[in-house]
Amino acid sequence: MMAISLDHYLIVGALLFTIGGVGIFLNRRNVIVILMSIELMLLAVNINLIAFSRFLEDLTGQVFALFVLTVAAAEASIGLAILVTYFRNHGNIYVDEMDMMKG
Amino acid sequence: MIATDLILFYLFSIVLLGAAVFVVTSRNTVHSVLFLILAFLNAAGLFILAHAEFLAMILVVVYVGAVAVLFLFVVMMLNVEYGDLKEMKKRYSLMGGLVGGVLALELVVMMYTWKSSPEAFDLTSSPNSLYKGVPNTQAIGNLLYTHYALIFQGAGVILLIAMIGAIVLTLRQREGVRKQKVGNQIAREAKDSVRLVDIPSGSGI
Repeated sequence: MMAISLDHYLIVGALLFTIGGVGIFLNRRNVIVILMSIELMLLAVNINLIAFSRFLEDLTGQVFALFVLTVAAAEASIGLAILVTYFRNHGNIYVDEMDMMKG
Repeated sequence: MIATDLILFYLFSIVLLGAAVFVVTSRNTVHSVLFLILAFLNAAGLFILAHAEFLAMILVVVYVGAVAVLFLFVVMMLNVEYGDLKEMKKRYSLMGGLVGGVLALELVVMMYTWKSSPEAFDLTSSPNSLYKGVPNTQAIGNLLYTHYALIFQGAGVILLIAMIGAIVLTLRQREGVRKQKVGNQIAREAKDSVRLVDIPSGSGI
């Protein structure tokens, strides 16, 4: 009989993080999907934190995951606000054409 | 006999990863958001399997209830054209695959060379054994309002700043719209608006 181990959670977290990272590269047309990819990566981080919290039997990981959730929510709201402002000025949200600051 | 929690773990993680793939590859952005909601719900299931019930509920309430719906609103507010997405995918799939492959390889190498330090258990700052028989929510509350009270306040300040920032960014003063200006109304005094005229008796103004 097998039980859920730390490695199980770490593998899921690693795969989720990779999917989020690839998503940023794959969606060069649409900023909203990039923001969603960042959310997926933060979710992967949270899965890792909670897995370590479970298997080291330390509650601090859950508290830290709570703070990560807070920051992620703040980041999503600010990102979407910037997006709405950008769309109002430009009429599109194509990543390729965002070169106003010539970075 | 296979443990039911293992079956549940595999179910949640496979649906989670599948939904994540669809979030990234879906043509329609609305579908992406809906798959994001599915991914969050399954992650909440994983959290429950890891005995983090409070965070699972927070994930459902905050992420599915607020963040995903915010995404949905923005997607429906912005008229996003899909364009030649296929050509785009072809152009960037090589780069994305390369970066993803390297990232996945590094993570796998890390996973198999990594070992937990034997002293790790001594370093726990708030071990579960302190909270025997206490529900998860109560334990997190005890910790959050004592050891982490200052950081907790900081998180609140971050949320406040994010809220004010989002309002400032999206607020638009439109020209030519007649709006009620409450401040001006309240600041108005009798001497600005009332003129007292002494009228001598027997004559008009």
